[in-house]
Amino acid sequence: MILCKVVGSIVSTIKHSSFDNKKIMLVRPINPDGTFRSGTMVAIDTIRAGVGDTVLVASEGRSAMEILEFTKREPLRSVIVGIVDRIDLKTSEVNRG
Amino acid sequence: MKLGRIEGKVWATVKDAKMNGCTFYIMQPIDEEGNSLGMSLVAVDTIGSREGDLVYWVGGAEATFAFEDRQIPSDATIVGLVDRLDLEKKK
Repeated sequence: MILCKVVGSIVSTIKHSSFDNKKIMLVRPINPDGTFRSGTMVAIDTIRAGVGDTVLVASEGRSAMEILEFTKREPLRSVIVGIVDRIDLKTSEVNRG
Repeated sequence: MKLGRIEGKVWATVKDAKMNGCTFYIMQPIDEEGNSLGMSLVAVDTIGSREGDLVYWVGGAEATFAFEDRQIPSDATIVGLVDRLDLEKKK
């Protein structure tokens, strides 16, 4: 899993059937200190994460399958699996509440 | 999954039999502001997208699971069309 920050949401009507009734969010990978890494990802949200939240994103199809309770493999891999409350680093404490 | 912009169509008549019926597009991975990220690639389309469309696509093993009846030998598959992006306001 990687740390990400939710930066937006996506409205999409025409999509693969595995995305039906799913909340699609836009997330950007971050470092533990909160600075952005390169890249932007599209991730499915099942736990009501909102824009601005720091989240854990699993980017692997098998985890997505378990979380979304698919009975077979689907073309969907990035899922928000947790909302981060706080990160304790050895050098400093970063509060994300 | 990641964002991409469709930039062109690729025609390939002779291809692996499992790819029959698939359409290929030149797709440029982009960030949420539309800036290009890395090199463009060829992706299989499953949603009937057109040139200029903003889409999201899946890579890796999951790109092969787009169709119910067969697995396709693709490493990038377009799975959705973006109607609207709602972004966090810049501070």
